Amino acid sequence: MTLSLAWDPLFRLPLATGLLLAIALPLLGAFLKMREQWLSGLGVAQLAAAGGVIGALLHLPVILFALAGAAVGGVARALTGAARNEHYAVMLLGGWAAVLLLARYGHDANMTAMHLLNGQLYFTALPHLLGAALLLATLLASGHWLARRLLIARLFPGHFRANRVPAWPHELWLEALLVGGIVLGISTMGVMATFAMTFIPPWVAFRLARGWMRALLLSALLGVSACLAGFGAALALDLPFGPTLVAMLLLTVPLRLLPFRFGRSA
Amino acid sequence: MSNPTPLLELIDVRAGYARPVVGPVSFRISPGEVLGLKGVNGVGKTTLLKLLTGEARLFEGSINRPSDLTVAYHRQRPERPPELPLTGREVLRIAAVGTDRLPARMAALGHACLDEMSGGEFQLLYAWACLMGPARLVLLDEPTNNLDQVAIDLLLVELEQLSAERGVLMVSHDPQFLEDTCDRIVSL
Repeated sequence: MTLSLAWDPLFRLPLATGLLLAIALPLLGAFLKMREQWLSGLGVAQLAAAGGVIGALLHLPVILFALAGAAVGGVARALTGAARNEHYAVMLLGGWAAVLLLARYGHDANMTAMHLLNGQLYFTALPHLLGAALLLATLLASGHWLARRLLIARLFPGHFRANRVPAWPHELWLEALLVGGIVLGISTMGVMATFAMTFIPPWVAFRLARGWMRALLLSALLGVSACLAGFGAALALDLPFGPTLVAMLLLTVPLRLLPFRFGRSA
Repeated sequence: MSNPTPLLELIDVRAGYARPVVGPVSFRISPGEVLGLKGVNGVGKTTLLKLLTGEARLFEGSINRPSDLTVAYHRQRPERPPELPLTGREVLRIAAVGTDRLPARMAALGHACLDEMSGGEFQLLYAWACLMGPARLVLLDEPTNNLDQVAIDLLLVELEQLSAERGVLMVSHDPQFLEDTCDRIVSL
């Protein structure tokens, strides 16, 4: 394949879907990183994949079962309270084992497992694009409210209880966005690429940016840049998109070594 | 003249976690008042503050507070999130603190990220955010930990200028700071 294919109408929809998710997933990842829950992106992704494989085994809609799997991860996050990355490691190991073991019990399940683990961006359809657009629009519309409440909870633990203000609205909303984002991510980019999108851009941006908004903008910029580079490289070199995207994201990691931050310091 | 409605009233309170660790204790904080709690280590001063934030449990007695009371809580050991790219000014804005006319010491912290501050600078920022925010009741647990005298003086000035609608409940091991700032001191 050649790079010119990126402008082929057949590839426009996958590229647009990827770019929308390349903005939304790093922003969601920034919330997870802020809460020191960065591994939960992979934990929820593996559980969503396990749910999708169960759906394929039962010949029922894969996407609904993937959502259910991700929701189980969300409930586990909520029930474990101040969940730590150790909890998410258990989730991801359990989800990974379930995917590969269940895939042994049927051809459809095996195909679904491979699609979800490796990604299938070139085969995305209009529902994926609309889902990604809806996710990003919702995230941007509610982002200020959500970020403010999450930051208050992070900086001033006990604030909501002390003021008798319920914390469940923002906790539930974050879970809903995360479940939607992860399921869209694994059904297009694959499990590891989705995790890389939630983890690497905010990790790099938090080190480089001075200020919360700058960190969010840099996270999204890194995500979009890696997506464009990964899409182009995958087409030009006839490589699978998921691992190519992860490789592009990994190339941004050395930026953490820069001896300065972007933004006014005094 | 009748007493104003208290911001907080504890009546014969026994509080703790799995079992009671403090009490019975009674006190009230009126608007405009700074109340200090003192006592030896482990007597339950912090537990009383955590009772008000829902982290400790009420075993006996009662707590009266207005339904619309707003509370700010300065923890004994404020947790500094690792590698969170928030500047001091952003932290103050999140705490709904005005940043237009900051004292020079606070303004200097305004553009620094949390992980670029010293322990004392972070403690000062955190105490300032709680004290200068809109909450009517401010709970300060050891606010002078790690602070130099200039920073302590900064807090002293603000506590002396406390609005008549607000109150402070403070725990400190610094007897001079309690003497200098509190209208009343309760020994546990």
